[in-house]
Amino acid sequence: MQILNASGCLDALTAPHVASTLDAFVTKTVTPEPRAGNAPVRIAETEQGMLNGIGLANPGRRTFLGTTLPQLARAIDVPIWVSVGGFCVRDYVETCERLTSEEVACIELNLSCPNVDEAPEAAAEIVAACREVAAKPLYAKVSPHSWDMGETVRALEAAAADGLSMVNTLRAVALDTLLQPKLARGAGGYSGPALKPAALAAVLAARRATSLPIVGMGGVFDGRDALEFIACGATHVALGTVLFADPDAPTRVRRELVEEARRAGFDTPDDAFGVALETVARLAN
Amino acid sequence: MSSFRRERLSVTAVEAVGPYALLRVERGGLDPGVPGQFFMLEAPERVLPRPMSLCTARRGELAFLIDPIGPGTMALAELECGDRLHVFGPLGNGFRLDVARPLLVGGGIGIAPLPYLAEALEHPPALLGFRSELHAQAAELLPNAEVVIDPVLVTDAMPLDRDVLACGPEPMLEAVRALVPGAQLAWEAPMACGYGACYGCVVDIDGELKRLCVEGPVLCRS
Repeated sequence: MQILNASGCLDALTAPHVASTLDAFVTKTVTPEPRAGNAPVRIAETEQGMLNGIGLANPGRRTFLGTTLPQLARAIDVPIWVSVGGFCVRDYVETCERLTSEEVACIELNLSCPNVDEAPEAAAEIVAACREVAAKPLYAKVSPHSWDMGETVRALEAAAADGLSMVNTLRAVALDTLLQPKLARGAGGYSGPALKPAALAAVLAARRATSLPIVGMGGVFDGRDALEFIACGATHVALGTVLFADPDAPTRVRRELVEEARRAGFDTPDDAFGVALETVARLAN
Repeated sequence: MSSFRRERLSVTAVEAVGPYALLRVERGGLDPGVPGQFFMLEAPERVLPRPMSLCTARRGELAFLIDPIGPGTMALAELECGDRLHVFGPLGNGFRLDVARPLLVGGGIGIAPLPYLAEALEHPPALLGFRSELHAQAAELLPNAEVVIDPVLVTDAMPLDRDVLACGPEPMLEAVRALVPGAQLAWEAPMACGYGACYGCVVDIDGELKRLCVEGPVLCRS
């Protein structure tokens, strides 16, 4: 069981000492061309979470490969996962085929950013095309917006994804006192504690459909939250919004996870793997 | 990067200063930093902490001036002596102190970083603007400051031959910069993390969207 960051929730160059407390660091999403991102206002707190509309701000593929990636490799000594984004299949493929250096441990395909116009092709089609060229393990970052998570996940597995990162944020809107959207873009990605039940449901449904590794994420704030993802079938856990509130969260959650597993009657967190699934299966029968 | 640390600290006092609250917490092992730098304060029952510049730094203490206008700032202003909250910092870039003829200019809650700055600069002249007599009570934090009240604006009373260090609402900062292009200005933006992680606090700096928490909050047009 490893603890990662959710893509876009940590900059390892401004906070290398935080990134170094993770088991692997996931970059902000890299797109072919540089992106300034959306105009402010970009973030808004809600009662139980937050909205973001950053819009995949990043320096673009060329600068990332030539400058950012070597800087990251010097700054931190944990494996680097590169999050890859795009607006058509070719965008993803052309970035994946350039991610060959030894600094890259894994590629996470961001197939589900709610803050930009998505590629028109189906997620599985993008994964299959990237699999043809990628020299690294491929994880698919999955949206919680899915009519049938089992079907989505089976399609990603058939396309030869090596693992799943789930979930991305939920598309959502918050209004100010004048009844106008708080974010300049209108809608944004909803994260934080409010996302957790939806994320757990997605992981549970995915685990019933596949044996692929799953990085579970969505509102993990403490060790108990992380344990719940493992119980639903996550093999690893990622931290997102909590990193904004608490840069010490990786170390704290790791410690609390061990304590919470023992409190729940398990020797180790991994022993709780999939236990919620067994109950669901029993009820289903 | 920097020496920022996060500690859980006890509230030692919350004092009313006009409509604002001066939240005093024990300093613990935190470095007070340079005037104009800020700290992220855990807001009770809220998901995200709130960025606050350091107002005063008496021995063993950090104090923050809070304008209770939303759920987070109201929760902070309602803290009581002995309550504990996580504080982390100092963050960002503060004011440059190598100025020959400093003038501090503050507007409203923007006076927050000026008492600590005044101390570091050995109490230079200061000019403060407020929207009402009630708000102007906060001028007690900067004894001897010249105070103007709306409709008089700080820019109506500001000498132009000084090294201006200012903090206040965006229209005030824009107006100050129009008169004194080299002024050091402390800006504000919604911020989730304070340490460069969220990319939420971007502002237009020299035609590019940059993170205010990393590049600022004090900016100076070169």
